Amino acid sequence: MNKAEHMDGTIKEARKTSSEKMDGVMDTKIEVKNLDFYYGDYKALKNVNLTIPDRRVTAFIGPSGCGKSTLLRALNRIYEMYPGQRAEGEVNIDGTNILAARDLTQLRAKVGMVFQKPTPFPMSIYENVAFGIRLYENLPKAEIEERVYWALSRAALWDEVKDKLNAEGTGLSGGQQQRLCVARAVAVKPEILLMDEPASALDPISTAKLEQLIAELRDDYCIAIVTHNMQQAARAADYTAFMYLGELAEVAPSEQIFTHPSDPRTQDYIMGRFG
Amino acid sequence: MVESVAPALQGVGTRKSRFAMRWGDPIFWGATLFFTLVLFALLCGVIAVLLVGGWPALAHSGIAFLWTAHWNPVTDTYGAVVPLIGTIETSVIAMLIGVPFSFGMAIFLTELCPHRLRQPIAIAIELLAAIPSIIYGMWGLFIVVPLFQHHVEPALKTTLGNIPLLGNLFSGPPIGIGVLLAGLILGLMVLPFITSVMREVFASVPPVLRESAYGLGATRWEVVWRVVLPYCRNGVAGAVMLGLGRALGETMAVTFVIGNAHRLSLSLLAPGTTISATLANEFTEAVGDIYTSALVALGLVLFVLTFLVLALGKKLLLGARAEGAEGEVLA
Amino acid sequence: MNRRVRQRQRWDFLMAVVSYAMTGIVLFILGAILWALLWNGISAIEPAMFTESTPAPGNEGGLANAIVGSLMMTVIAILIATPIGIMAGTYLAEYGKEGRVASIVRFINDVLLSAPSIIVGLFIYGVVVTTMGHFSGWAGAAALAVIALPIVVRTTEDMLTLIPDSLREAGAAIGAPRWMVITQISYRAAFSGMLTGVLLAIARISGETAPLLFTALNNQFWSTNLNDPMANLPVVIFQFAMSPYEDWQRLAWGGALLITTAVLLLNIFARVISTRNKGRA
Repeated sequence: MNKAEHMDGTIKEARKTSSEKMDGVMDTKIEVKNLDFYYGDYKALKNVNLTIPDRRVTAFIGPSGCGKSTLLRALNRIYEMYPGQRAEGEVNIDGTNILAARDLTQLRAKVGMVFQKPTPFPMSIYENVAFGIRLYENLPKAEIEERVYWALSRAALWDEVKDKLNAEGTGLSGGQQQRLCVARAVAVKPEILLMDEPASALDPISTAKLEQLIAELRDDYCIAIVTHNMQQAARAADYTAFMYLGELAEVAPSEQIFTHPSDPRTQDYIMGRFG
Repeated sequence: MVESVAPALQGVGTRKSRFAMRWGDPIFWGATLFFTLVLFALLCGVIAVLLVGGWPALAHSGIAFLWTAHWNPVTDTYGAVVPLIGTIETSVIAMLIGVPFSFGMAIFLTELCPHRLRQPIAIAIELLAAIPSIIYGMWGLFIVVPLFQHHVEPALKTTLGNIPLLGNLFSGPPIGIGVLLAGLILGLMVLPFITSVMREVFASVPPVLRESAYGLGATRWEVVWRVVLPYCRNGVAGAVMLGLGRALGETMAVTFVIGNAHRLSLSLLAPGTTISATLANEFTEAVGDIYTSALVALGLVLFVLTFLVLALGKKLLLGARAEGAEGEVLA
Repeated sequence: MNRRVRQRQRWDFLMAVVSYAMTGIVLFILGAILWALLWNGISAIEPAMFTESTPAPGNEGGLANAIVGSLMMTVIAILIATPIGIMAGTYLAEYGKEGRVASIVRFINDVLLSAPSIIVGLFIYGVVVTTMGHFSGWAGAAALAVIALPIVVRTTEDMLTLIPDSLREAGAAIGAPRWMVITQISYRAAFSGMLTGVLLAIARISGETAPLLFTALNNQFWSTNLNDPMANLPVVIFQFAMSPYEDWQRLAWGGALLITTAVLLLNIFARVISTRNKGRA
């Protein structure tokens, strides 16, 4: 455990010195400007503008098909795997427009993603975590082991898997698999974590564990989470964005959006009027 | 600008091989595409070899090659009619046996069979498809031929043989070897293929359709005959076509039991030949360019024939699959 | 119950009986084939079969040269067909998908898959044998490779298509380039299915006779030179079974039993691998 804490500390310090912001002052990590998104001819996002703060959790809610997952998938350009999908506008991460960047690999080192269904790779638990590390760094074996240990601890999974690191990742329970995916993402030391309905395939106990994990990660990462569960957004997120029909209706601190929403569409949704 | 996206990563150890990261994708994509084109080249090669190899014979006999019955290496006259008719004749017999049996077995496996037995029986039938064709040939020659010679064919002659017209099909000495037996063995060989495609097609029927028919009080047979079968007409036809394609091209099993006689005979009990059996028997012994070329030309005819049947079968099956998908949406 | 209902039920019963009977007959024939193989083949299986080469009629001998020839050609054919087939299958499943090139190639693969195997023999004769000027083990291996190739392509494509896109997205999201996602994630996830395909391809070509008749031909003597005509089990079985000599026929039965056992075991093994994996997923 010491090692993990030690590494946490160094990362926090490194990040603090780089941002040079006082505590309590919001630090913009991602800035989305005039973002349109197309699936072929269908326009799924319409002129979305928002900023996502660093070291906070921002939740995206809205009825299905509203574009919340689409927005998330634009933040690491994962949509580029599919021909016909394209984004227009700007997504600035630390001031650089990633939609114009050429090196996707670098972008994805910086932006980790956790998916709706757990996606452990077909390899051992250890290899799952080491996979990403090896992509970016040529580390000696001992250092990779240390990083795997650190990542698994960070994802609150170490104690459960320390005796079976060479077992297949697919053999874990759903909740464990999802935390393994978090560990895998964290292992490459991203600054941003995208989570696309990460708890929707999990049972209530696993969901609680995952939410607790998100709360622990909050201090060190910029987290954007899509959820269909409003309670989850209220519990886990500092800020909540409500999306409707491809537009961003409202973004505000969570307690405000769930108690005094300003947009009538948000009101309707939270009162359950959209069904 | 590219580098600035990830300032945090600079100095965190050396980057993984830049070359693999940057050029790996185009190289791998190119390699897969290249090997995909190998398939394309193979097919072109097959067609080219058959055309070039068969050309001298086709030039020698002209288009009449297709309707000339003579096959005489001594006088260098070659015609495709006898093996072509033999090929079609045996395949038709194979279908007459294989299709009803496949249908019966597909129904058995999808509608009647107790669930516990389904898997083992399905596997047993698929093992039948795995047995090499040469084994069918041997089994036919050593086990079935004597049976045919002494029991089946005499019986056929004394019963069906006495019917006017139809009787001609069962005339001649009962020697066991012949077109009928070849067709029978072929039918046995294509049966597992047709069965498995039919099962797949039957399984594509939306359960709602089946259930509502049962709900109306239809018997199993009525459900199969009036609901399942009409629903997958095209799929069943496609399955039959795929089986036919196999029967047309099958070589070894036929070569063992057909007798390899280059003459036309009305009787199914008489020895005959097929295109593939002619190739198997004569190709290595063929002397003279025209003779060899005539055999390649026969191969070309066979290839075109199986190609057409396969294309038709595929078309029917694709149509059936599209229908099936539509049905699922509706359901 | 009225008469109409009773008639319908009787008809239903009759057709069920017919279905049962048909399945029973086919299973009986399967049993009969296997029984005939065992009955006639078991007596031929003796040490000499594996140590001595094919004899002249009336002499003692075995099938050693044919067994070795078959093994060599099968192994070479699979070594050629597997990488090509996996790459082509990868293109179809990962890159081509619904595109024009992929649909055409898919159809071509189907044509190759169901082309009569004797045509493949003609093709290799025209390309390899006439170029080399003589029959050879290489030609035999090439012919078998052409037969195995479309099987490997088909199963590779099918198995890769079954991998959920979410796994590929996860690979891409962590920054792995496409080729690494395919080779290190998709291939691993599809491994047992692809292995099944290769095993089925081996099973298929180890019994193929027609394409070897005028490529590898046959060789009465012990030879491991792939530039010479090469003995192989299927063609030996064919020649010996069609011969009038009883000892040759006996060897043919022995070889037939050997080949069928190998092919069926391969099939069952392949099936076990693929079902076991399905159960886990």
